[in-house]
Amino acid sequence: MRSVLAVLTVVAAIVAIWYAACLPMNIKGVLTEAERAGAVVSPEGAAARRAMSPWALVARNGFAIPATWEQERPRLPAPHQVAVELWQTTVNKKITSKRSLVYHGWVTLSATLLGFAIGTGLGILLAVGIVHSRVMDMSVMPWAIVSQTIPIIALAPMIIVVLYSVGVQGIIPKAVISAYLSFFPVVVGMVKGLRSPGPMQLDLLKTYFASGGQVFWKLRLPASMPYLFASLKIGIAASLVGAIVGELPTGAVAGLGARLLAGSYYGQTVQIWAALFAAAILAACLVGLLGLIERVTLKRMGMAA
Amino acid sequence: MNTEAVIEARDLNLTFQTNDGPVQALKDVNLTIGKGDFVSFIGPSGCGKTTFLRVMAALEHPTGGSITVNGMSPDEARRNRAYGYVFQAAGLYPWRTIARNIKLPLEIMGYSKADQEERVNRVLQLVDLEGFGSKYPWQLSGGMQQRASIARALAFDADILLMDEPFGALDEIVRDHLNEQLLKLWARTNKTIGFVTHSIPEAVYLSTKIVVMSPRPGRITDVIDSPLPAERPLDIRDTPEFLEVAHRVREGLRAGHSYD
Ligand SMILES: Nc1ncnc2c1ncn2[C@@H]1O[C@H](COP(=O)(O)OP(=O)(O)O)[C@@H](O)[C@H]1O
Ligand SMILES: [Mg+2]
Repeated sequence: MRSVLAVLTVVAAIVAIWYAACLPMNIKGVLTEAERAGAVVSPEGAAARRAMSPWALVARNGFAIPATWEQERPRLPAPHQVAVELWQTTVNKKITSKRSLVYHGWVTLSATLLGFAIGTGLGILLAVGIVHSRVMDMSVMPWAIVSQTIPIIALAPMIIVVLYSVGVQGIIPKAVISAYLSFFPVVVGMVKGLRSPGPMQLDLLKTYFASGGQVFWKLRLPASMPYLFASLKIGIAASLVGAIVGELPTGAVAGLGARLLAGSYYGQTVQIWAALFAAAILAACLVGLLGLIERVTLKRMGMAA
Repeated sequence: MNTEAVIEARDLNLTFQTNDGPVQALKDVNLTIGKGDFVSFIGPSGCGKTTFLRVMAALEHPTGGSITVNGMSPDEARRNRAYGYVFQAAGLYPWRTIARNIKLPLEIMGYSKADQEERVNRVLQLVDLEGFGSKYPWQLSGGMQQRASIARALAFDADILLMDEPFGALDEIVRDHLNEQLLKLWARTNKTIGFVTHSIPEAVYLSTKIVVMSPRPGRITDVIDSPLPAERPLDIRDTPEFLEVAHRVREGLRAGHSYD
C-alpha cells in the first residue's frame, strides 16, 4: 500500500513538472496567436518578445497560461492532450483505420516479434558456439561487440537499401534491424549463463563420464535459464527500438515509426508524443509479459527467485 | 578384508605449475587400499588430500609415479564408472527435485526408467530420506542435502566411494549422526571408501585405515591400521583403544608439522 502511494507521488510530481514545463516551452507561440487574434500582449510584437526569457513572458501575461496547455500544435503538448490523443486513436478508432494507433502498433509489433525471434535464435546459437569452441570465442565475440558500436540509425538505411536491391522489402528489413539489436544481449547473457556452472559441477559430470552433449543439456542449458530471461527482457526492448528505427528511413506509411515521422513532417507534436507513449507502453507490456513467463518457468523448474 | 588391492599408488608425484612457480602437491606417495577398506586422509590444509583423491578419480593426472584403480589406470576406471564422488558442498541442481538429482548419474549412464525409480527409492532409504524425493534442494537442511548427494553417489554401482570433507560444513551433532549412518551404509554396501577429513575423532571413528599427511610438499607421514572392531557404536569414542589410536594420529600430525 505504501509503495503504491510512493509510486503515485512520483507520477504526480512528473506530471506537475511536465505541466510547468509547458509554460516556457509554449508561451511565445501562444502570445503570437493571441496577438494575431486581437488580444493585448506585453510586450507587443513578436520581435520584441524573441529575446526575452520565457518565464518573464509568463509572468507578464498571466492570462495566457491556460492556453499553453491547449494549443493545437504546441512545442510541448500537455499530458492531457497526449492522453486524449492516445484515447482517440486507440479506443475511438476502428483498428482498420489508418489513424488507429492499434493498427500502427500492430505493424511495428509484428516486425518486433519476428526480429526478436530471429535475434534470440541467432544469439543462442552464437552463445552455444562461443562456449564450445575457442576459435568461435576468439573470432565471433569481438565482431559481436563491434557490431553494437555502429549507431543503428546510420546502419538502418544501408540494411534497407541492400535488402531492397535484392528484392526483400516489407516486414523483413525491419525484422532484420530488430534482430541486429536484440541478438547481442542474448549472446552476452547466454554465454555468461552457459558458463555459470562451477568447476565442481563440471567435475561431478566428469566422474560420471558424461558426454559433451549431456553436459550441455543437463547442466549448462538449465543453469543458463535465469541469465537468458534477463537478456530476453533487454532484447525485446531493443527489438522494438530496431523495428521503429527501421520504419524511419523508408518513409514507411504504417507503424509507430511512420507515425513519428509523419507527425514531425506536419508539426503534429501531439501525434508524435502519442506515438512515443504508445511505443513505451508496448515495450512495458512486452517486458512485463516476459517477466511473467520468466516467473512461471523458473518456478516450474524449482528455481523460484 | 584387505586382500585384494583396489587402489595402488607407487612413488606418486604431482607438481602444479602455477604463476608463482611449481607447487609440489604430492611427493613420493605410496599407498595400497584394499577392497572394502574405509580409508581416511587427515592432515592440515594444503597437504594434498584433495589432490590425492582427485588423482584417484582421474580429475588430476600425476606428474610422476603410477597409480592403478581396480588394476587399470584411473582414466579407464572412470570410463567404467568405478567411482562415486562426494564433494564438500552437496552441489545438487536447484532445478531438479531430490529424486531427479539422484537420477542424474543414472540418466547419464543410461539406466532404464524402471531401474532408475527403484534405485532412487533404495538409496533414499539408505540415507534416511524416504519421502523427500519430490522436494527441491532448497527445501532441505544442509545435512539432508549432503545425504542426498551421498545418495546420488550410491545410486549407480560404483564400488569405490570418494568423499572430500563431505561433512566439513556441518555442525557437530549432525556430523555425529551422519558418521554413524555412513558406517552402517558402508557395512551394508561393502564399498571401498576414501574419506578426507580435518577431524581426528571422525577419522578414527570411521576408518579401517588412517592416512596421516603433511604439507609442503604433500606426503604421507603415517599409515595406521585401526585395531577397532567393525561394529562401532558412537560411545566407542570413549574407550582406551579409540583414544590410543587418536593419540597416534595426533602424534603423526605433530611430527609432520615439526618437519618445516
Ligand atoms: N589446480 C591447482 N592448481 C595449482 N595449485 C593447486 C591446485 N590444486 C591444489 N593446488 C595446491 O596443491 C596443494 C595441495 O592442495 P589440496 O590437495 O587442495 O590440499 P588439501 O585438500 O589437503 O587442503 C596446495 O598447496 C594447493 O594450493
Ligand atoms: Mg581439500
